[in-house]
Amino acid sequence: MSGFNPQLEIKARQAHMNTQAHMTMTNSNHALENRPKLPVYLDYQATTPCDPRVVQAMLPYFTEKFGNPHSRNHSYGWDAEEAVEKARAEIAALIGADEKEIIFTSGATESNNLAIKGVAHFQKDRKNHIITVATEHKCVLDSCRHLELEGFQVTYLPVMQNGLIDLEQLKAAITDKTAIVSVMAVNNEIGVIQPIAEIGAICRARGVYFHTDAAQAVGKIPLDVNAMKIDLLSISGHKIYGPKGIGALYVRRKPRVRMEALIHGGGQERGFRSGTLPTPLCVGLGEACAIARKEMGAEAERLKVLRDRLYNGLKARLPDIYLNGDPDRRIPGNLNVSFAYVEGEGLMMGIKELAVSSGSACTSASLEPSYVLRALGVEEELAHTSLRLGLGRFSTEQDVDYAIEHIVQAVTRLREMSPLWEMAQEGIDIKSIEWAEH
Amino acid sequence: MAYSEKLLEHYDNPRNVGAFEKGEGNVGTGLVGAPACGDVMKLQIKVGADGRIADAKFKTFGCGSAIASSSLATEWVKGKTLEEAEQIKNTEIAQHLSLPPVKIHCSVLAEDAIKAAIKDFREKQEGREKQSGKDKAAE
Repeated sequence: MSGFNPQLEIKARQAHMNTQAHMTMTNSNHALENRPKLPVYLDYQATTPCDPRVVQAMLPYFTEKFGNPHSRNHSYGWDAEEAVEKARAEIAALIGADEKEIIFTSGATESNNLAIKGVAHFQKDRKNHIITVATEHKCVLDSCRHLELEGFQVTYLPVMQNGLIDLEQLKAAITDKTAIVSVMAVNNEIGVIQPIAEIGAICRARGVYFHTDAAQAVGKIPLDVNAMKIDLLSISGHKIYGPKGIGALYVRRKPRVRMEALIHGGGQERGFRSGTLPTPLCVGLGEACAIARKEMGAEAERLKVLRDRLYNGLKARLPDIYLNGDPDRRIPGNLNVSFAYVEGEGLMMGIKELAVSSGSACTSASLEPSYVLRALGVEEELAHTSLRLGLGRFSTEQDVDYAIEHIVQAVTRLREMSPLWEMAQEGIDIKSIEWAEH
Repeated sequence: MAYSEKLLEHYDNPRNVGAFEKGEGNVGTGLVGAPACGDVMKLQIKVGADGRIADAKFKTFGCGSAIASSSLATEWVKGKTLEEAEQIKNTEIAQHLSLPPVKIHCSVLAEDAIKAAIKDFREKQEGREKQSGKDKAAE
């Protein structure tokens, strides 16, 4: 598109988000208090805004080239199909796959369901064992629970304190009844990167399919399905600056992965996923992947600098804070930090100017603290004190400095209000107290 | 979580945060909850010679609802006798703050904290009376 300068667009987008934050900062005592203030967005693992370039790419397919990509008989259909296939190629290129191996879905949840249930159901007469990890996303864990009700055996591997699996435990768990191993590439809460290539090698050697939920990994770390011996891989559009409502599943063709469909109908997507493809969404995902392929390296470097600035800034001013998950094997945009003696939901209320999430029980409807943090062996009281900070493409140094200020202020204020902090300052060992449970 | 204005007010401007001096007399301290549950409240009452609660202080490790509930509790106990303070119900706290259903347990903990502080005060009082009784007997 002539005249469209991506760098200017990104800067404009950053400036826009900064202006929103700035208005929050400068207008706090201003008469303009009534207008809605947008917090600084630091929740990039929850979702990402569409890259403006992605939206530009999608627009023509809503009102001009709106044809059904499966309509074979006229140019409306052909144009839509061409766009979808171009997107498919971009998605494949990002992970080192062939375009014939990419199936569009409604998102990573559907891709995970399809991969795990699809393979399990196909194999159930010969192989009825599944291996996954305690820290997987709910859609993986719940799909496995559901399969258990159908009679499958599932092994939920524990993780070490750094959040990674023990490869020896994986090897020991595989039997000749194991149909599939599912291990997420990057964890959504703590950002740690599992040893995907090693897992792939182990599974290939034992003749077991290896599926990885790569929703938080695609476009952030290099992935190569052949080098890493991956058989199935889930992709999420809205985690990589693409639109919500679209994802993909990579399904290996050589050697062929055999899988049952979940959704039946007209036989689209090689029979694996019927339904008319949402052309604009497919185009959006394709564009997001194309951008990621070009910019992933530089973006990772930039985010690492910001992330280190954020963590070091907090550590310099707050004692007793802990990073959850491996400090090195993690994606650059994620920080999951426990602030001892201060409860997470209370803390989030004190940093309303920041959009973040917490592993505290109080923020979940079930009052259970984060199962991921529990799996790491983080003690319950520290799990209640955690914040997940996620940086991304449009985060700036200004955002980071703003966040540091607000978090330090809120934590300091809440520690002054905290009986646990008081006890710690007095040298009392909190663990030695017998608490009256309620 | 969408909180009521009253709750947010207590969170932004909590009443009576702090602690009495360690050796201060006529103080009862209630410590309830557990860090593992994400809720710990410490509520202290200072009882005057007239048997009424002259001052109260609190510290809380917990969510916005917990902080507001305990802040409100310190407000409400002031000026009451021990028996009157014991009558404060968690339902009243929850209603005043419009606590969402999933947060009602925070108000229960606040009620427990009040009762625990009163119990502690009474036990210390009994201890003082026994001690002065012994002292008198020893003379």
